Amino acid sequence: MMKGINTDVLVIGGGAGGMAAALSAAREKSDVILLERENSTGGVLNQCIHNGFGLHFYKEELTGPEFADKLFNEMTLDRVNIISESYVSEVDVENKTVRVLSPDGAYEIYAKAIVIATGARERPFGALMIPGDRPSGIYTAGLAQRFVNLENRLPGKRALILGSGDIGLIMARRLVLEGMKVEAVVERMPFPGGLLRNIVQCLEDYNIPLYLSHTVTKTVGRGRLEKVEVSEVDENYNPIPGTEKIYDVDTLILSAGLIPQVEDISDSLQLDRVNKGYAVSNSCETNIDGIYAAGNNVAVFDLVDYVAAEGWVAGRHAALKSKGGENNTEKYPVIRGKNVSILVPSYIDFNESLRLYLRISKPIEHGRVILKELNIEKKFVDGVPSEMIQMVLNKKKMELIREKGGLFVEVVEDE
Amino acid sequence: MNRKITCVMCPVGCRITVEMNGDEPVISGNRCTRGRQYVIDELIKPKRVLTTSVKVEDGDLPLVSVKTSGPIEKKIIMDKMKEIKKKTVGAPVKIGEIIIENIDGNGVDLLATRKVKKIHK
Ligand SMILES: Cc1cc2nc3c(=O)[nH]c(=O)nc-3n(C[C@H](O)[C@H](O)[C@H](O)COP(=O)(O)OP(=O)(O)OC[C@H]3O[C@@H](n4cnc5c(N)ncnc54)[C@H](O)[C@@H]3O)c2cc1C
Ligand code: SF4
Repeated sequence: MMKGINTDVLVIGGGAGGMAAALSAAREKSDVILLERENSTGGVLNQCIHNGFGLHFYKEELTGPEFADKLFNEMTLDRVNIISESYVSEVDVENKTVRVLSPDGAYEIYAKAIVIATGARERPFGALMIPGDRPSGIYTAGLAQRFVNLENRLPGKRALILGSGDIGLIMARRLVLEGMKVEAVVERMPFPGGLLRNIVQCLEDYNIPLYLSHTVTKTVGRGRLEKVEVSEVDENYNPIPGTEKIYDVDTLILSAGLIPQVEDISDSLQLDRVNKGYAVSNSCETNIDGIYAAGNNVAVFDLVDYVAAEGWVAGRHAALKSKGGENNTEKYPVIRGKNVSILVPSYIDFNESLRLYLRISKPIEHGRVILKELNIEKKFVDGVPSEMIQMVLNKKKMELIREKGGLFVEVVEDE
Repeated sequence: MNRKITCVMCPVGCRITVEMNGDEPVISGNRCTRGRQYVIDELIKPKRVLTTSVKVEDGDLPLVSVKTSGPIEKKIIMDKMKEIKKKTVGAPVKIGEIIIENIDGNGVDLLATRKVKKIHK
């Protein structure tokens, strides 16, 4: 066992959220260590070779690897101590002690403040409970993306994609470009899970049909996948008998969504019931003093720019905390009203401006986000759950929250 | 004629409306000027930025990710993919390095979007 190491700020996870946190903490002149379990930083950005990253954060449009490289270079210049191939198996949140497993053995790090930025993982096949055989040829979209974009391997010849989340849509196009036939994308919900722009540029551009309110009802194959049965579903998502259709495919790609990665680390950290990630304040602090979280382990964000912005806030406050500078005893709840699903933050403190992120729970053509306590409304048109709505409020506007004891967020539908 | 076109040039994904006033398209709903150009191209000659990867020899990674330096005509994309698949580059590769010059015949290059280190065997 190696001896313990001390640092001001420790960041767990080297994706966009963790890199931004490490960088901003270093800019506050703190000693920063960043731990990443893979052999390089970047997280999902490494395999997202398409463009559409960084318009807000870097004011230019980048591909995932380019965005990751920029943050990496800045971290190196600002002397962040990056330790890769280091897996954090546990965090003792009260004593701010982190247990690390690495090829050099197990060791501990003591930090004055910690930022957890472990990202999200894919919902696995088992969770979908599809009847039938369990042959090879069934992959999650992220795994297929890794094969194709990092390892130069194609998953098969003909594919069907289940789930219309962005990773599924992007993979549909990617597989066609690499010479595979993509029969269709099927989606259980009556609306797509991914961004409209991805429906246009990934499916419509390549004539790939999208079947809404449909799901896979059976997988068939000995050894390798041979057939997939697709059925239409009713409003309760139950398959409608007689609507079955068979596709001869050797590959089934699952894009069933991401889930914040919150296991393992600690049982003492509070989660948000709907976001399924860490419940944090607008300073990105969890329920435990000096423990911060940012990125897809708080809620699944659709833009890397949001993740990086939140990481930046988390890193800065962790740095201030490590210098004994901040006390967040005063916290008020943010409460979900109707038509709101994902909602960040869960609490409001007064150390930071308020960046509110929300997803509506169903498509709404004309709607308004209402912050009753603050007398603020934000109108939107053609709202869909796949596109997060962001609102930014300065500290002055936030004062009323203190008077009212919290903030209620609801979305109303207009005619 | 009144058409709604989703701009794909950035993740904002503006829903842009085009109305024809005689021969003049009247464009609204774009949050920046790139959206206007996108819609005009979309009506006449649709274009896209292509991102894919190219094989690397002696690299610490088997592939280098690449992008076109600007949008290229949609209808040539599948042909260009064939050309790109035949290509192999030697490590090291720098970000921004030109992998195929003037890939569309209109001055758009294919550029590396990540660095690949050389490994010595
Ligand atoms: C397919 C896909 C397409 C996308 N397309 C776009 C787009 O076009 N534009 C855009 O702006 N955004 C896009 N996004 C969203 C954006 O890229 C992500 O939301 C963002 O990069 C997530 O960053 P993160 O740091 O939260 O998580 P991650 O990138 O997942 O990083 C988490 C890191 O933590 C490490 N880690 C986890 N647990 C541990 C542990 N216990 N110990 C040590 N290390 C650990 C992981 O190895 C990983 O490197 C896309 C996302 C995906 C998946
Ligand atoms: S019009 Fe401008 S802001 Fe809107 S999607 Fe297109 S590029 Fe983005």
